[in-house]
Amino acid sequence: MRHRSRGLRALEPLAWVGPAIVLIALVVLWPVVEMIRSSFLKISKFGVVQGGNGTANYDRLFAEPDFASIMGRTLIWVVAVVGLTVIISLALAQLFNQRFPGRKIARWALIAPWAASVLMTAIIFRWMLDPEVGVINMIRRDLGFLDALGGASADPLGQSATAMPWLIFVAVFVSVPFTTYALIAGLSTIPGDIYEAARMDGASKMRIYWAITFPLLRPALTVAALINVMNVFNNFPIIWAMTRGQPGYSTSTSTIFMYILKNRDIGESAAMSVVNFGMVIILTVVFLKVTRWRSEVA
Amino acid sequence: MAHSSPAPSRALPRLKSVVIAGSAYVIALIFLFPYVIMLLTAVRPQDTLREATYLPSAFEWSSLVEFWSGGLAGNLVVTLQVAAGSTLLVLLVALPAAYYTSRHNFRFRTGFLFLVLITQMFQPTAMLVGIYREFFQFGLVDTVWALILVNGGFNLAFAVWILNAYFSSIPRELEEAAFIDGNGRFGTLFRITLPLAMPGVVTALIFTFIAAWNEFAVALMLTTTPANQPLTVALNSYIGQYQVDWQGLFAGSVIATIPVIILFALIERKVVNGLTAGSIK
Repeated sequence: MRHRSRGLRALEPLAWVGPAIVLIALVVLWPVVEMIRSSFLKISKFGVVQGGNGTANYDRLFAEPDFASIMGRTLIWVVAVVGLTVIISLALAQLFNQRFPGRKIARWALIAPWAASVLMTAIIFRWMLDPEVGVINMIRRDLGFLDALGGASADPLGQSATAMPWLIFVAVFVSVPFTTYALIAGLSTIPGDIYEAARMDGASKMRIYWAITFPLLRPALTVAALINVMNVFNNFPIIWAMTRGQPGYSTSTSTIFMYILKNRDIGESAAMSVVNFGMVIILTVVFLKVTRWRSEVA
Repeated sequence: MAHSSPAPSRALPRLKSVVIAGSAYVIALIFLFPYVIMLLTAVRPQDTLREATYLPSAFEWSSLVEFWSGGLAGNLVVTLQVAAGSTLLVLLVALPAAYYTSRHNFRFRTGFLFLVLITQMFQPTAMLVGIYREFFQFGLVDTVWALILVNGGFNLAFAVWILNAYFSSIPRELEEAAFIDGNGRFGTLFRITLPLAMPGVVTALIFTFIAAWNEFAVALMLTTTPANQPLTVALNSYIGQYQVDWQGLFAGSVIATIPVIILFALIERKVVNGLTAGSIK
């Protein structure tokens, strides 16, 4: 080793780290370039490039009659799912942080929606919402919320007014486990003697939570929330498996719309991707700022 | 007064813990509920699937066996190839990178870790069209290789983070001692460092395996021939048809879901730390 020349030594890191860089460049960075390039090209249905297209793909995308409503819905989708997920997870983290017999098994059950493929969970929910034999509809009927099975009111996924809330419900359902676990991990880092001192001062439970627990939990909460924002924004399987973005485009987010466009016009679909990707970049910058990643790595 | 007061104060905590445990069990059941329904549907006799009853009239476990002779078994093989292939790829690429960055300070170390962190934030769904165009030009659309590459690339970040954390926690002195004892550089790596980092390696492996196993959007975009599709895509195309074979669909779902839930339970604790990239301390 000592006999190596300076030039070879400089190359040593590349031998170890190089393969990782190549893989990232090939699979992550190249598609970004390719996507941006495609958004300015005219591409046939069979993938043949027919020359430049200027900004025509973008013009067509922004002129889509449903474009504004799709973008608005995407915002509602992300805010609603992440907001509900955070609120529910804060409560569940408190609950599952208590000592009780069988805690390990109860926590284990919470893992299932996180580990299982989101697609599978979405398919099961679609089946449970089946108008005729869906178990959720049967429960709704037996509780008196539903007059009879089989009718239009027993098909919540068939109507835009009720489909979106159900999609949001399923997205919250699959997001809560990771968020709860991240918050439980955050709770475990809070030293117990802080509580001791607060209790000695006679602070109420609510006051202890808002004055001590919540502020100390904030870093964990912020990171978990941002990861959720990214996941929910990019989520494809839930909506695709349950409604395909229908009826009309009434349950389509920008990710779903991008996929629908792909079968119609790859160039316009690429333009939609670039718009999506711009939002991902913004979210990433926020994430880096919030986590102050440099101090962690150094 | 004085002698009666201890009784309620002892009864009250007991009631509180009953309420806590009770609500935790109920919530746990809610989160398991869809997967129980999945299992019940898979073993329901086919001709009773359209009957609105909570429980099946009989349990037909044979549907889980019939799955293996049906067409979906081939899709399961594709899923296994993709999951195993990307796991192997991640292992080969992430191990040396994570080890080197934990032990050496080189010029583009920060730049490299930044690249990895960015990769973790990006998801393939946001750049599906780019991925499709790239692999179209490579002529790799509809092959298992494209799926292995994409799944490997997008799960690399998690593996690098978690392995980096494990390697960093192993004292250098241990390695130096082994080196002085006459183990070469690679001998030290394989006999001392790797065994100590094994929990991290296992976590990275299982995580990548599950992520690739569950992946749907990229596979839907990149595979067109039914026989080349992984299980997720094949199962999804089931519901596109008019006559949905729910029983077959759910037999496949059970086989696609139960193993990963069990695998995931083994690594759950470490996954949170890896996903949040050490930002929760």
